[in-house]
Amino acid sequence: MNFNAVVVKNEKLAENIYLLRLKSEKISHNAAPGQFVNIKCCDGLDTYLRRPVSILRTHGPENTFDIAFMVRGKGTRILSCLKEGDAVDCIGPLGRGFTLPEKGERICVVGGGIGIFPLLYLLEKSAGAYKAAFLGFRSGGLVVLGKDFEKAADQLIISTDDGSFGEKGPVTTPFLKYLEKERPDRVYTCGPAPMMIKVADACNERGIFCEVSMEQRMGCGIGACLVCVCRIKHNDDWAYERICRDGPVFRAEEVIFE
Amino acid sequence: MDLTVNIAGLKLKNPVIAASGTFGFGREFSEFFDLNLLGGISVKGLTLAPRKGNPPPRIAETPAGILNSVGLQNPGVHAFVRDEIPFLRKFDTCIIANVAGNTVEDYCRMAEILSDADIDAIELNVSCPNVKEGCLIFGSTAEGISKVTSAVRKVCKKTLIVKLSPNVTDITEMAKAAEYSGADCVSLINTILGMAIDINSRRPVLGNVVGGLSGPAVKPIAVRMVYQVSKAVKIPVIGMGGISNADDAVEFMLAGASAVMIGTAGFVNPYVWIETIEGIKQYMEKHGFQKVSDITGALIE
Repeated sequence: MNFNAVVVKNEKLAENIYLLRLKSEKISHNAAPGQFVNIKCCDGLDTYLRRPVSILRTHGPENTFDIAFMVRGKGTRILSCLKEGDAVDCIGPLGRGFTLPEKGERICVVGGGIGIFPLLYLLEKSAGAYKAAFLGFRSGGLVVLGKDFEKAADQLIISTDDGSFGEKGPVTTPFLKYLEKERPDRVYTCGPAPMMIKVADACNERGIFCEVSMEQRMGCGIGACLVCVCRIKHNDDWAYERICRDGPVFRAEEVIFE
Repeated sequence: MDLTVNIAGLKLKNPVIAASGTFGFGREFSEFFDLNLLGGISVKGLTLAPRKGNPPPRIAETPAGILNSVGLQNPGVHAFVRDEIPFLRKFDTCIIANVAGNTVEDYCRMAEILSDADIDAIELNVSCPNVKEGCLIFGSTAEGISKVTSAVRKVCKKTLIVKLSPNVTDITEMAKAAEYSGADCVSLINTILGMAIDINSRRPVLGNVVGGLSGPAVKPIAVRMVYQVSKAVKIPVIGMGGISNADDAVEFMLAGASAVMIGTAGFVNPYVWIETIEGIKQYMEKHGFQKVSDITGALIE
């Protein structure tokens, strides 16, 4: 399950946001929307752990897959400097992804910041569904993959906190307005916790199927270390479940947000 | 080439054991390699009742290591016996049940339950830094170790290993207390109490504020402690702390360890255990060791 993926291209999408296309037949053929890969950034000891990065899309015929990430520390800085032909040690695909919609269903994705990345793959794999996408960013300079989302979704609404692109304000505002008129069959969300909580609450109140993609600091990425947990309801009680193995995608109604 | 080791009656096919708390109950890593290859598996720390564990974030990356504050999340000893032993027993490897308690009675009760279960050894965890009650309190003083070890010894029918904490003034005193009180073997080191702070939010990184440091960063401390303890006691020593490859494992054996446990390195390299076994073989070939047990304590001073 751990493979040497070869860098096909490294593209800077925005300040500190990069897209890597990697060649690995095993990962590109086995991945599903919502899953991730766990990447070893270097052999050095300063960035000791692997870095989990969600899969943006796969290209079956070329045996490649894309990941996109934001540079947040030493590990992601190293990843951002990879060049064509470099080999990367990847474990994956890992985790439990999104439940794909049925043909003819109406779906909504609500993403914030770098949380939009796994949602693109979901839209591209949801053939035959009517797809609306709500994406939120801090400012216009951070809007990425707009054209890809426009192609993958039937309807696209972008908002920015400072109003420098699209609607001004949080992405949850246009989404909640949408819910006043429409009732999607499925809603999927990934991004900052306050955004996901609003989306989850709105869907739970209305009894709409909703899945959330959770994030937490990870250790092993395969479920052995019990580090990356979130609280999940179990009848009248709750338990910490592993985001890397039992998730990262959970049903919104099961999650107890911190 | 003889890779087998006999640790106080516990027969291992090779000296490489998966360390407790880093290997779950083997299920996840069984997807990567054949667990039959391992000398042994020390399972995730068990408590009498199930434990939810500590709030996240439970990990912080530090130079050449990690801090964790999992807090012994586990399904409890009864669920382990019922749900996990049948799976582990499919593999020809030694099963070491790692147990942690809040009271001496907890440890004894678990030792009784596990003495009747199909496992090979019991490892008393008196050194987890991430739980507030019991556990580390027992491991912090020679009296505490004596108290819990001698009580468990009376009811334990399996090989009894006591896992020592490095968070003490003199670890040899703790090892001697374990030996005197009836331990068959000591394992060391558990994690070193540490802390990380996010300077931007000015908050501790870990949900539990402090946690246990492991990984290559702790290795020199662990080697030193294994060296000192192996000189201070007659019972076998299992060494661990920052082992990432065969060279590290051999270093621990030269310092006096009869076997080694590898944990944190498996988070980065899921094949570290089997690569280490292979590497030990190569070392033996290169240096003319016929029996792996001859490496133990072969340090030239």
